[in-house]
Amino acid sequence: MTTMVSTKPTVWENFSTWANRHRKWLFASPAMIFVGLLIAVPLGWTLYLSITDSEGSVRAESNVVGLNNYVEVLSDFDRFWPAVMRTFVFTGGALAIEMVLGMCIALLLWRPFRGEKWVRVAILLPLVATPVAVGMMWRLIFDPNIGFANQVLSWVGIPAQPWLSGQYTALPTLMFVDIWQWTPMVVLMLLAGLTSLSDEPDEAARIDGANAWQRFWFVTLPLLRATVIVTIVLRGIDALKTFDILYATKGKGGGSFHEVETLNIYAFGLSFDYNDYGIASTVLILFFLLIIAIMWVLTYRRKANRS
Amino acid sequence: MTTTLPARPVTETPRPVAIAPRRRKPRAYKIFRVVALTLTVLLFIAPLVWMFIASLKTNVDIYDASKTLFFAPTLDNYDNVLSRNNYFGFIFNSFWVALLSTLFSLLIGVPAAYAMSRFAMHRSALVVLMARIIPGVSLLVPWYFIFANMRMVGGFGVLILSHMFVALPLIVYIMISYFDSTPLELEEQAQVDGLTHIGAFLRITLPLSVPGLATAGILSFIFSWNNFMFALVLSGANTKTLPVAIFNFVSYASIDWGSLMAAAVVVTVPIMVIALFTQKYIVSGLTAGATKG
Repeated sequence: MTTMVSTKPTVWENFSTWANRHRKWLFASPAMIFVGLLIAVPLGWTLYLSITDSEGSVRAESNVVGLNNYVEVLSDFDRFWPAVMRTFVFTGGALAIEMVLGMCIALLLWRPFRGEKWVRVAILLPLVATPVAVGMMWRLIFDPNIGFANQVLSWVGIPAQPWLSGQYTALPTLMFVDIWQWTPMVVLMLLAGLTSLSDEPDEAARIDGANAWQRFWFVTLPLLRATVIVTIVLRGIDALKTFDILYATKGKGGGSFHEVETLNIYAFGLSFDYNDYGIASTVLILFFLLIIAIMWVLTYRRKANRS
Repeated sequence: MTTTLPARPVTETPRPVAIAPRRRKPRAYKIFRVVALTLTVLLFIAPLVWMFIASLKTNVDIYDASKTLFFAPTLDNYDNVLSRNNYFGFIFNSFWVALLSTLFSLLIGVPAAYAMSRFAMHRSALVVLMARIIPGVSLLVPWYFIFANMRMVGGFGVLILSHMFVALPLIVYIMISYFDSTPLELEEQAQVDGLTHIGAFLRITLPLSVPGLATAGILSFIFSWNNFMFALVLSGANTKTLPVAIFNFVSYASIDWGSLMAAAVVVTVPIMVIALFTQKYIVSGLTAGATKG
């Protein structure tokens, strides 16, 4: 009996010692296994599909065609390259405006004022709103016939615009929607950065007679550079992958002229509307490489600049 | 991360005398600031108000420009959405998928973030954070076929797993920066007092991390609630989440604007209410890493 009693805690103690010794991997492995099974394996599969002519069903017969898909996609000036360009126009345009506008608003909110709490709540709301619902909301506002946007234009005497339904106005309109929803994110990030700055450099510059613009451009902005870059990277990645508002407002293929078909929308359509898995995977791999390249340039430049 | 919280004291704190000169801003600047702030708030709030107003109108009133602001409000649209289109079912689906994917992600993500923070496992952290970069579409095709083979497509399991793909990296990202800022001394002290490493984590560090857990949990819930693409492909008739239900609302011939806006209000209002009460946590989570180099 006594031996039973003494062995029981020993088993537990053994386990406890073992668990504590190996806690690093014990803690990390569930998440790592999840990532491995649900991300690395599928990604590997996508990479494999990109060198096959898989079509119709993934289980259907398919042949390895080497880099043919890549040649085909990269020489596709009909859908692929326009989609690349739209992705860049959308991301670059929206991101640039979000950064500038976001910086202006962050500077406005920087110093305490009465009612600050309410302004903060107001800018938080677009950020948490469901993108699909946001898309629908703007669809009504930008409706060419009954939308509020054209109503406002008519008050000012500007002719009605087609907005989302126009071949050339759809993408800028959707950039506006992206700006509306995500500028608050930029504001919050920059504001967190601004709040962490010490007052002294700004005060010193003030005493030296620098005006507001000079203090911002030569003192605040350089101090804020790390925050600005993190914000650009995070927002940029999300903007490149924008899907919800584009698909919710324009549907399959980015509209009848593919006017808002970015890489993400293009790849989604190839996968689930055309079941052209080989080509879709190729587009996705290229898209992924593009994102990695942009990330690498931004972070690499940051490190190079710092040292 | 806590230090990056922009939870600054609001307004009332009197300025130190040393920087008094700043007070004497020209009146023009003060007016400019008030106007600019008002415009900012209007820009971000007006569309939401517009959505809400439209949800209270009949479709006839929506088409009538003279009734932009003056109309007889009606709750018919909500009645239509909630009782005739079974939105309670979609709300239920969205809620459970968001809640369970958040809980499971916390369960595996928090210990992982702890290990990655304490043992400086930068490479492992990078692997998990890669999930934030990968376009979700590139995983959907393999997922669809893996899960179709396991007869899981259309069930809740696959939705929860796919939403964890978004939640897990977010939680790991937020919690790493949270654990990085939690002092190691308390844990060491606890070990001197006889706790094991794991015991110290469970009894000391974890209770101290409740604000971080709240931040990560709330954000992950919101992102799951808002998620559209995964549910679009992987949900079935019985597991459809709210964003997909809203999207399906318009695929029919003519758009019932009033009901569509009511549906949009139904999906956004719960999340906005959560946001109002947990503003501090949401902001600290979204800005995690903003002030690091």
